[in-house]
Amino acid sequence: MNYRCPEGGRIDRSRLLRFVFDGQSYEGYAGDTLASALLANGVHLVARSFKYHRPRGILTAGAEEPNALVTVARDAARYTPNLRATQVELYDGLVAHSQNRWPSLKHDVGRLNDALSAFFPAGFYYKTFMWPRKAWKLLYEPVIRRAAGLGLAPTEADPDRYAQRYAHCDVLVAGAGPAGIAAALAAAESGARVIVCDEQTEFGGSLLGDGGVRIDGEDALHWVQQSVAALKSNPRVSLLTRTTAFGYFPHNFVGLHERITDHLAVPPAHQPRERLWQVRAGSVVLATGAIERPLVFPGNDRPGIMLAGAAQTYLNRFGVRVGDRVVVVTACDAAYQVALDLRASGAAVAALADVRSAPPADLAEAARRAGIEVIPRSSVLGTEGGLRVRSVRLGEVGDGLVRAARRIECDTLLMSGGYTPSVHLFSQSRGKLAWSEPLQSFVPGRSAECERSAGACRGVMGLAQALIDGAAAGADAVRRRTAGAHASSRRVFVVDTMARAAGASLVDGYLGALPEANPPSAEKSFVDWQHDVTARDLRLASREGFRSIEHVKRYTTTGMATDQGKTSNLNALAIIAQSLDVPIPEVGLTTFRMPYTPVTFGSFAGFSRGDLFDPKRTAPSHEWAASRGAVFENVGLWKRARYFPRAGEDMHAAVARECLAVRGACGLFDASTLGKIEVVGADAAEFMNRLYINSWSGLAVGRARYGILCRDDGFVYDDGVVARIAADRFHVTTTTGGAPRVLAMMEDFRQTEWPDLKVWLTSTTEQWAVIAVQGPNARRVLEPLIQDIDLSAAALPHMAVARGRICGVPLLLFRVSFTGELGFEVNVPADYGAAVWEEIYAAGQAHGMVEYGTEAMHVLRAEKGYIIVGQDTDGTVTPDDAGLSWAVGKTKADFVGKRSLERPSMKAQDRKQFVGLRTRAGGAVLEEGAQIAATAGQRPPMQLIGHVTSSYYSSALGYPIALALVAGGRARMGQTLYVPMPGGDIEVEVTSPVFYDPTGARING
Amino acid sequence: MLLIACPYCGNRPEIEFSYGGEAHLVRAANPALLDDQTWTDFLYMRSNTKGVYAERWRHVRGCGRFFNALRDTTTDHFLAVYKTGEPRPALDGGDA
Repeated sequence: MNYRCPEGGRIDRSRLLRFVFDGQSYEGYAGDTLASALLANGVHLVARSFKYHRPRGILTAGAEEPNALVTVARDAARYTPNLRATQVELYDGLVAHSQNRWPSLKHDVGRLNDALSAFFPAGFYYKTFMWPRKAWKLLYEPVIRRAAGLGLAPTEADPDRYAQRYAHCDVLVAGAGPAGIAAALAAAESGARVIVCDEQTEFGGSLLGDGGVRIDGEDALHWVQQSVAALKSNPRVSLLTRTTAFGYFPHNFVGLHERITDHLAVPPAHQPRERLWQVRAGSVVLATGAIERPLVFPGNDRPGIMLAGAAQTYLNRFGVRVGDRVVVVTACDAAYQVALDLRASGAAVAALADVRSAPPADLAEAARRAGIEVIPRSSVLGTEGGLRVRSVRLGEVGDGLVRAARRIECDTLLMSGGYTPSVHLFSQSRGKLAWSEPLQSFVPGRSAECERSAGACRGVMGLAQALIDGAAAGADAVRRRTAGAHASSRRVFVVDTMARAAGASLVDGYLGALPEANPPSAEKSFVDWQHDVTARDLRLASREGFRSIEHVKRYTTTGMATDQGKTSNLNALAIIAQSLDVPIPEVGLTTFRMPYTPVTFGSFAGFSRGDLFDPKRTAPSHEWAASRGAVFENVGLWKRARYFPRAGEDMHAAVARECLAVRGACGLFDASTLGKIEVVGADAAEFMNRLYINSWSGLAVGRARYGILCRDDGFVYDDGVVARIAADRFHVTTTTGGAPRVLAMMEDFRQTEWPDLKVWLTSTTEQWAVIAVQGPNARRVLEPLIQDIDLSAAALPHMAVARGRICGVPLLLFRVSFTGELGFEVNVPADYGAAVWEEIYAAGQAHGMVEYGTEAMHVLRAEKGYIIVGQDTDGTVTPDDAGLSWAVGKTKADFVGKRSLERPSMKAQDRKQFVGLRTRAGGAVLEEGAQIAATAGQRPPMQLIGHVTSSYYSSALGYPIALALVAGGRARMGQTLYVPMPGGDIEVEVTSPVFYDPTGARING
Repeated sequence: MLLIACPYCGNRPEIEFSYGGEAHLVRAANPALLDDQTWTDFLYMRSNTKGVYAERWRHVRGCGRFFNALRDTTTDHFLAVYKTGEPRPALDGGDA
């Protein structure tokens, strides 16, 4: 580690770690990040840029890193791309590699893009890849897909566990630098429940990278330690390190992402990898600090060019000297101390180029005393170097011109354009940003939530001021949440910067591109490193007519990478403003979106995976069906047996057998999943009359009717048999999927439209098991099992309901049929369902009873022309369209949907109407969804008049049948229509949808 | 996730509720008397206010009741909740 200083830093030099990067082994120390360890080994080249594949090095020391995106691979499954090396904590045995390069980082074929970059300016893809059209699918798309993106996604399922937790607190402090810690101390003092979180491994924030500052008479980091200990000892305070507040949602709901095991060489098996906190805070203090801005000049992206503050952090926090021969370019005071620190560490500082014409005299003097040449009125005209910067060309600014001045050799170029307050979370909370002229940046303006920013993130830059601001914010936060709480007195901090040059003025800075020579350099001046957006791209957007920041952002993609423009937004804004010749605040800023930094999918999924992803609803006969080898299908959250294949049968064969058995002897089917709602009360019939299209007043007790529910738009919404159990009690059934919707609609009308009606609703879907017994032998099977009910045709006609007992348990017996055969539906309390099923099945064996599934059920009802809402209807079908106008209660003054049905368009004769289709000779089974045409041989665009809604092979009839919606279908009986398919047109004949037993003799048996 | 104050149950998280659209939409006592345009407007046209919006919520995973709320659609702040059937409250300094 040639670049590790002999002492200093917060690393643990007693714990040597080994790691591998791009196949090469290196050493580091506990406490290093991957970035600091690589720099300690003199490694600067770590990436190839997104578009141009330019060699890139580490730019920063934190979350704002745009360049150093790496993949960390524990194993094939624990393979994480696109991590910022500056935030990857080093552990023994860590294996990482660079991305977006082939065959290697040093020799990347993609660098061709850089040579051809004239063809790849911003928005190039809007103007290219259009010709020839066929080339898109075969050439352009595959190539672009391979070239796009940075890291590779893992190919195996994520084996780690992710936890989730909800938490409530009085005060949430986001950020634990000096302002955040001061806020936490103040809030905790008053007894409030406080949660403090920070994305770093330890609290301290900016103090971790600074050196030699004293707070209240002690070393700053010692003050941090003491403060943390005090907070830790408080049972009402939670401290969360490695935890990023990534999203600020309405009503002070904040998302925290806690990383638990990624920094460990061997994660304990019992621990989750990460934890998502969803915190509802009474009050929030944002203490998120400020991010240093780079300078925009030609060639500002070579490896070895980084932010000055980052170099200082690497030195003071990690004991790493970033180079041997350093040049510093700055527009603000803070970089002077960086130059002095590096000089003291043994690096040569060849020059300190100040963009300003009059740098502070004391700082310049201190620099010169250390042997550093200070050059005011500087600009940068360009840099040289391939895989590492090797020289910089400075310019001298005067009289509105930039004259070429010096070329200085260096292996490291540090730049500082000032500090941008981090307003991401504030912006996410929908607070309004305000432009600060003196600071030349956006700061929090009016809050939208109960929240307050403190310290550098609101432009309070000096350490002493930040501490005071934090303490005030913490006390404020408590006061706003707990009326009458003891408000801590104004806190004073004694800060001694020990004659360090920091803090003199942190409000200086530079926005936009540095002054350029004339003619300007052809080299690229980068604004957004991660998306390879240059100053020229931004000016191009402006020339092409994009004026709104929203357009410029999307056209150039500046600020749209995973770093969300942390180091680029303000510079981009300044360049655009200059192009448009308007003040920066007039251009505006786009909205920051969560997450602040990327969050794993696993964290959001939490425990909702595998079996816990969705509840599984099973019918009473489920176990029985599973043991018989039933193949199940999903209907919403329900598992329903679709068919029961016997040895050697495919679905077609099984369904054919099941259908024949039902019509020939008897079938057994579980209909428990259908929705059931009890409508009870003195006004139950009136309620049903107003809601359903049918008339219910005349329905006698002990009788049932097929009911249809429309919405007020007149379209069929649901259907089902409705039985009158008592004068004031209706048993309403719905489709399986529609049950929750129907109940919701009923409640809506009951509570908000007709609150005067005496009626209440109960869902009984889960309370009743419903066993359908269908077929000519149905009565023979059930008679011996049922007590107290006369099952004869006279006593229990079709659509009658009776109470009794079956196998000794309570029974509500419906004589109903969805098959067109003699049919009954046995309703017993659900707990008895499985047992009663088995009893019926046993009794049925003597009568040829066969179990059947939903597929056979669909075929049998289609043979009878019964609709299935949601399959034969799609929300645009009226009762008349479906051939059900007979069900409408004609004398009712009003019902839901009636008014809409009066509209002329709802009565038009050419509306799509429900019909049957028979394929002509050859007998193909039509595809559901296939379109229908009136004439054959059409070419696109075709004139289409309808579509196939249901289609099956009918074993009872011996030919395929289909149901369809066809324009003016009822007037087309006997007509020949065509179903255009890729293989040619299929001829069909329009028929009645009732294919089987049209007179209904069998159902009335 | 919004925090919504059910008038019956108090503050509960948004996932316990289902949204009920614009409030105070009056279904005519006799829709047959309305012309097609008026009826269509009732079915499909909504105020969609940018600002204070009167809307319905149902505490479907709690007490099951509908209630009304005034919410500022630009900030998601709830300004008032009131029971079904109650008139829209006037806000301080603003109009109802």
